[in-house]
Amino acid sequence: MRVLMFGWEFPPHISGGLGTACYGLTKGLAFQDVEVIFVVPKAYGDEDQSAIKLIGASGVPVMQRTVQFYKNLTEESLPRTELTSKEITYLEVGSMLMPYLSPEEFETFVNEKIEAKDYKWEKLLRKSQESKAVESKQIGTIDFSGKYGPDLLQEVSNYGLIAAEIAQGQDFDLIHAHDWLTYAAGIAAQKISGKPLIIHVHATEYDRAGENVNSLVFDIERMGMEAADRIITVSNLTRNTVVNKYGIPEEKVFTVYNAVEPNAKIEEDSIRKHLNEKVVTFLGRVTFQKGPEYFIEAAYKVLQKTDDVRFVMAGNGDLLRKMIRHAARLGITKKFHFTDFLKGKDVDRMFQLSDVYVMPSVSEPFGISPLEAMRSNVPVIISKQSGVSEILKYAIKIDFWDVDAMADAIYGLVKYSALSDMFSKHGKTEVDNLKWENAAKNTKEQYTALLENIKPQ
Amino acid sequence: MKSICLYFQIHQPFRLKNYRFFEIGADHYYFDDYTNQSILRKVARKSYLPANQLFLKLIEQFPGRFKISFSITGIALYQFALYAPELIDSFKELAATGQVEFLAETYSHSLVSLSNEDEFQHQVMTHSERIEELFGMKPKVFRNTELIYSDQIGEQVYRMGFKAMLTEGAKHILGWKSPNFLYYNVHQPKLKLLLRNFKLSDDLAFRFTNQEWSEWPLTADKYVDWIKGVDENEDVINLFMDYETFGEHQSAESGIFEFLKEFPKRIIEETDFEFLTPSEVVKTCQPIAPLPVPFPISWADEERDLSAWLGNELQNEAFSKLYSLRNDLKLANSPELMADWSYLQASDHFYYMCTKFFSDQAVHNYFNPYGSPYDAFINYMNVLSDFILRLEEAIDRDRYKGVIVDELDEEMLYEAIDRYALVLKRLRKRRTQLERNNPKGQAKK
Repeated sequence: MRVLMFGWEFPPHISGGLGTACYGLTKGLAFQDVEVIFVVPKAYGDEDQSAIKLIGASGVPVMQRTVQFYKNLTEESLPRTELTSKEITYLEVGSMLMPYLSPEEFETFVNEKIEAKDYKWEKLLRKSQESKAVESKQIGTIDFSGKYGPDLLQEVSNYGLIAAEIAQGQDFDLIHAHDWLTYAAGIAAQKISGKPLIIHVHATEYDRAGENVNSLVFDIERMGMEAADRIITVSNLTRNTVVNKYGIPEEKVFTVYNAVEPNAKIEEDSIRKHLNEKVVTFLGRVTFQKGPEYFIEAAYKVLQKTDDVRFVMAGNGDLLRKMIRHAARLGITKKFHFTDFLKGKDVDRMFQLSDVYVMPSVSEPFGISPLEAMRSNVPVIISKQSGVSEILKYAIKIDFWDVDAMADAIYGLVKYSALSDMFSKHGKTEVDNLKWENAAKNTKEQYTALLENIKPQ
Repeated sequence: MKSICLYFQIHQPFRLKNYRFFEIGADHYYFDDYTNQSILRKVARKSYLPANQLFLKLIEQFPGRFKISFSITGIALYQFALYAPELIDSFKELAATGQVEFLAETYSHSLVSLSNEDEFQHQVMTHSERIEELFGMKPKVFRNTELIYSDQIGEQVYRMGFKAMLTEGAKHILGWKSPNFLYYNVHQPKLKLLLRNFKLSDDLAFRFTNQEWSEWPLTADKYVDWIKGVDENEDVINLFMDYETFGEHQSAESGIFEFLKEFPKRIIEETDFEFLTPSEVVKTCQPIAPLPVPFPISWADEERDLSAWLGNELQNEAFSKLYSLRNDLKLANSPELMADWSYLQASDHFYYMCTKFFSDQAVHNYFNPYGSPYDAFINYMNVLSDFILRLEEAIDRDRYKGVIVDELDEEMLYEAIDRYALVLKRLRKRRTQLERNNPKGQAKK
């Protein structure tokens, strides 16, 4: 079975949960004997800048690489036979698509010409548990009509045009597109090839923007959902949104839960806490969707009662300044810290330092970060308005707006050690059992069912 | 002569209100009066009152031949008095017929039998006194919370003066043996054991309205046939269940009351079974064999063990913390604290913290007012934290760095002595200063 998959990011170039999810899923699929051709637009500063200029003029360079997955490090030393490693084909398309930016923000981004961050692919490669053997060669450029403009929606449709070209040049059984930026690409490939399309909904405009949806984005999303032969959602919560807000018939929407990679071995005691105080952490974008103000309110309540607790808000976002002011107004800044955006190793270190992790999201289609916390033995409190709450047992679930319940749960985890001990003990096992292999297996079932439905004709 | 022994359990806990941590130290009332009252009123109306009336009629219909027994916890009786006093009269009426036996148990439906023998005895005696005071009879047979039993608990119950005790006819204890005989404690042959026939009991208590059950609908005809089919040599069929089975777990619409009306009549008219109370069973039946139960059993869940109440870290922590307070409570000698301590012991609080997510979940959810076991634990521990503060205030003990002086380890003890020696030195110095400034030296001590 060959699948043409459209994504928008792939490790190490990730800015959120989607890249991680695509990585886990494609790896899982590779071990399920599904061949994946993974297409991503490239929009990162570590690529040749001249190439982008080149694209604007005439064509799109397409890089083909092979990403090899190894089950784990110990197997790396073994002879690399087909049994120990799997590979996927990985196509990078020159494009300026940026995830997690609204069309308006994208415009600002492009106009401001911000220097892109310096990602060190090679370093990460050595550090990560999965060793990837990367071979890349440029296989030429694909010509397409249409211009690259500083306009996200234009980018999306351009990506669609490229997709059409790629679809013509590849052999595959079905198309799998991740989130709205790739829907146009998925539809284009579907039209050119006549192969069935699955779209995978990791988030909807309702999750990103509350009720103030951008109607253009909404339209693209609905177009994708309507064109799709089958829809995969990351939770029943998202499934309900797709059915109720986009008017999609229930029978074509299926839930496949995400998972989390087991974490790389961390040297014991490599991180030592220097405080006797407990640390309660919020880690994520500081935006409306993530509910940071509820976390601050809960912190305030806890600090009224006990002072051997510290709170950390790790992340950046449009509400950060407002949150800092809010904490200052409540007079808790002595015990409440802001760290700005953390990445890579700092994220792991933050989890290592944490005694409680809180995800008070107002709307969270899935939410991988609590799984990462649990993987590091950190007890978690998650909002009931998150997809991940549908599958977790060893987690305290609260309504995001119920600050009293949130504060009570924090206090309970900090003060009653039996509770935190139980979570540390069983939470990791629970998370380790949520394997990408299973998510991939469920995804493959969707592929098979879809292909069987279509065959009779 | 073969017999049927009917026993019904009645218990209602004082459910806790939603008690947040910021109320610790500020709010000393823990109970959800509204919920407790409305649940009790509902159960009284749907189950206890109509069932009592029906049993009263049956007893009049078959004088001397239809008999039943009850065990009513002390805190259930207290809630009757608070919220449905007519129930007490109704049970008094039943007691007056002489065909109803009342059993002994712990006052607050507690798990104390797993903690401390003295306290166990104290709670059972408190309950027995209450029963005697209300119904004019001293209980002779003991029924432990959730039918929990072990060899050791049996011995303790015998030492309290009981001659018989009820427990579960658990498969893993009986093996090939039948529950339909009288057994006895393995160390103390004078303590007889009546074992619940869980198949025939649960046919009524759990399966009566289950339409997926192959025997649904269960008619008195069918049920009496099953009883007739019991091996001729067997002595007694013990049908033990929650009283709420009638009208609450199995609704009136299910026909459970009609079944109940019909069943005794058919037994008395068509079979050679007679209805006996537990005390009468002990008098008439010959005990057949000792029953070794080294580890505690109960009547709950598939496992028939303690895992519903003491099966995880949360429950164990809450349990040990609660019972660690016993000595301090004696010191404090406060009736208010004792009462709250007793209500906090009801096994229900621990049941709410159960994390056996898969098996028996439906039953657990039915009885659980909390969204999750963690909520239940946190709420309980918040309440317990406040209770401990009150208790310590009542005792008024000296502490160093939060540790009671009597419990300081050597290192901390010397640290404390050094620390206070220094403080004392400074205080004396200050006094000297004051005396010098005040030559007339009002040497206030």
